[in-house]
Amino acid sequence: MTMIDERRQLSYIAAQAADARVNVELETEGMTLNIGPQHPATHGTLRIIARLDGEQVVWAEPSAGYMHRGYEKLTEVRSFPQVTALINRIDWLGSFANEVPFILAAERLMEIEAPPRAQHIRTILFELSRIANVGLFLGDLGVQLGAITPVFLAFRDREYVLNLIEAATGGRFHPNFDRIGGLKDDLPKGWLDDTRAAMVKLRRFCDEIEDLLFGNEIFQSRTRGIGIIPKEIALQYGLSGANLRASGVDWDLRRDQTLPMAWNKADWKVWTHPDGDCFARCWVRLQEVRESTKIVEQLCDTIPSGPVMAKVPRIIKVPEGEAWVSTENPLGEMGYYVVSKGDTGPFRVKIRSASFNNISITPWLLKGVLVPDIITILASLYFILGDIDR
Amino acid sequence: MSPLSSTGETATAELGSDHLREALVDRLRASIGDALEASHLVPGSDVWVRVRPDAWRTTAMVLRNELDMDYFCYLSAIDWMPSPYGRGEDDPSAEPVERDDSIRQGYTGGSSRFQMLARLVSSTQHVGINLKADVPDSLSIESWVPVYAGANWHERETWEMFGITFAGHPDLRHMYLPSEFEGFPLRKDFPLLARMVKPWPGIVDVEPMPGVASDDEGGE
Amino acid sequence: MIGSLLSVDIPYWGQSLLRALGGAVAVLLPAGTIVYVFLFKMMSFMQSRLGPMEAGPFGSLQLVAEVGKWLQKEDLHPERADRFLFKSAPLVVLLSTFFLVVAVPFGPDAIFTDFENGVLYVLAVSSISVIGILMAGWASANKYSLLGGLRAAGQLIAYELPMVLAVIGVVIQAGTMNLQSIVVEQNRGEIFGWSGIGNPYILTQFVGFLVFMIAVQAELTQAPFDMPIAESELVAGYMTEYSGFRFLIFFIAEFATAGVFSLIASTMFLGGWGLPWSWFDWNSLDDVHSVMNIVGPLIMVTKMMLVAFLIMWARFSYPRFREDQLQKFAWKVLIPVALLNIAVTSILKVAF
Repeated sequence: MTMIDERRQLSYIAAQAADARVNVELETEGMTLNIGPQHPATHGTLRIIARLDGEQVVWAEPSAGYMHRGYEKLTEVRSFPQVTALINRIDWLGSFANEVPFILAAERLMEIEAPPRAQHIRTILFELSRIANVGLFLGDLGVQLGAITPVFLAFRDREYVLNLIEAATGGRFHPNFDRIGGLKDDLPKGWLDDTRAAMVKLRRFCDEIEDLLFGNEIFQSRTRGIGIIPKEIALQYGLSGANLRASGVDWDLRRDQTLPMAWNKADWKVWTHPDGDCFARCWVRLQEVRESTKIVEQLCDTIPSGPVMAKVPRIIKVPEGEAWVSTENPLGEMGYYVVSKGDTGPFRVKIRSASFNNISITPWLLKGVLVPDIITILASLYFILGDIDR
Repeated sequence: MSPLSSTGETATAELGSDHLREALVDRLRASIGDALEASHLVPGSDVWVRVRPDAWRTTAMVLRNELDMDYFCYLSAIDWMPSPYGRGEDDPSAEPVERDDSIRQGYTGGSSRFQMLARLVSSTQHVGINLKADVPDSLSIESWVPVYAGANWHERETWEMFGITFAGHPDLRHMYLPSEFEGFPLRKDFPLLARMVKPWPGIVDVEPMPGVASDDEGGE
Repeated sequence: MIGSLLSVDIPYWGQSLLRALGGAVAVLLPAGTIVYVFLFKMMSFMQSRLGPMEAGPFGSLQLVAEVGKWLQKEDLHPERADRFLFKSAPLVVLLSTFFLVVAVPFGPDAIFTDFENGVLYVLAVSSISVIGILMAGWASANKYSLLGGLRAAGQLIAYELPMVLAVIGVVIQAGTMNLQSIVVEQNRGEIFGWSGIGNPYILTQFVGFLVFMIAVQAELTQAPFDMPIAESELVAGYMTEYSGFRFLIFFIAEFATAGVFSLIASTMFLGGWGLPWSWFDWNSLDDVHSVMNIVGPLIMVTKMMLVAFLIMWARFSYPRFREDQLQKFAWKVLIPVALLNIAVTSILKVAF
């Protein structure tokens, strides 16, 4: 694994800093290309306006908002359980992971904790949603670059995870399973054995993808050295998740903060990569999926018995206060700032979604790249439209 | 239930003190002096700090340069006025309900209807700080873009949703909404149009699940 | 030819009609076979799915359904498109395929035209499709199509050279540019004295074969060289604005050209329509039994499927090159390798 040397990084930063601000009115030549909002490459309705000089991008600007659903306004007229159902749909590929920070914030305001069994199951489902989400990313990565076969393998193997989630929660994509104080139901019989079997299959899938895609010379020449994000810039823009770890920052919210979840009950590793280019981001995500399968297996073996729901009143009124909880979601750091005034519903919920910050770096990042590299960079940054637009 | 505003620490009974976060607040107070108007600490959990509006950018610079807060999490605002439409559940044929429209701020207090809310985290010490500031009546505050480049998009969204202008922002324009949109949606006096168009159908009778007693205690 | 086979006197216009039909079959049959076997079924198998199964048993009538679907679509054209160029671009691309198939030998007498410089003609005529693609890209009045067309022009011109150079080794070894004679030479030759399967040039010209296959992959704009089409970026590149019958022509032309290039590759490298362990001599073309006129096309189809399998296999497995990487690969890797191959071949030909 080669490293991008310091000099190249520094020259890249210097080139970016040199033209910090591009004034649109001064551009008199070049072709303006609209990528999206209907386009096979963008994960949803994202529109990127690129000003081209031949095949090189002079200026690129994403224009989000085609999927803005007004979540923060909607949460003001919903009760807490209704908000849980609503926020499932922010990151729709790893849906269970969206509910968890909100529920934890509400539980923190109510000063209750879910029982240990519920914490364990929450963590298992959280990691399963990570595997489902990032597994699709690995397949989708191939399609963006032209290899059409891995995506079918990804869909096939993702079915195992979706079947597990459906068996436990009743919904493949929008489980709506978390409740303040615990979970809606206990796990069905035989679920733990099925999960262990599925994790073995998913590890095999990761090996297949590594062989088929990551080892391919064309893939490497398309992704190495493309879209380098230096560490300081990444932190300034608030990049999170695998994007940050691929730039060399050792940051994982599962490990660095104590939440009433079961991550500290399993033995797992945080993967970082020093390069900060597209290959690094893709590679870190591959390792994360493998690590998640190990976490799930360990948690399946050590799951405690007990109730899955704490004693909470039927109509939940969360006491007055403010709380912020963020977790290491599949896409990055997702957090909810919940302001409650003692009502059945929140007063204000600020949703901090990972893809919003991840995409905010593209105007800076896409200057001077070639058109095919736009697609590669966007594919490696990995966003979900629901996460950007909320 | 935690108290709403105070200076200094507030400890719930059984937890000890939080040296890391206390030190953070102390060092911040040493750097910006009396621009730090209030703070609220929940030991082992989180810390809130409210600063004067004219020190909004200075605080960010101090936090980034001296206190190691290199990770920009988010920036937004809160509108503390209670919504005159309630939760949109009013029966349109009934009498309009009397509502309490007093503006009560949350942690660390404050005196304006709009408050800025931001969060910064230190990637090395893994501690974060929530920042608040009153927004003056002119609804204009300094921009954080010279300090954290990532604040660009967040400030655009805050302007679009609340109407707060940011002095020094290079490119304040709409993020999500079309450019001809009038009004600022996340303000409380901007109604949720869906509820205006179609009134709330009323509370639906919730039948108890078979086998569960229909009293107030939820079971397993 | 056909008259001698069937011992029936067919008038000249009848023969011309049969030849025209034969030409159409020679173009459409490879296209249809490749599309069904490789695109529908083999690709699905590699992606662990079944492929079309509804139309006919095991989806065998899917082609009929596809053709019917494309024919009944509305024939759109962009408002600002150059009408004449827009309408004639697909025909130009298909035309080059017909030009190519005219020179391919299917049997001792089953050849449309016996060119003395068959190889030269084939390589020259294969560039006509470049013109068609450029016309399509420009006439569509669409930025995506223009990008696709320009990329295609650069790529196709760059990969003409390795294709030509790779074939020169075969020409040196055969001593002639006549495709029919190349087939005879291959089947007449011996490998170290053993004349069982003749001397297919793939054994000695394996480098040439490799370079030729890579260049063919690029000439067909198949992955890993499908920047001009680049589905996930440019939607369909220069073909974006085409619908209905015109798109069908592009589609057929793409796979028909793949088939015809496979035929040419099997002629030059795999021994053409010759049969191993044949009971007749190969000293000259007249010695060959005239039953080869019937069996020859079948053998050619088999060998075509083998070569097309390689093309399609690479298409489904690899991600695509970026345009500049593509050009670098052609100019800096393929051309030197092909030149080396020519040099070594010449030396060995003189030595042995």
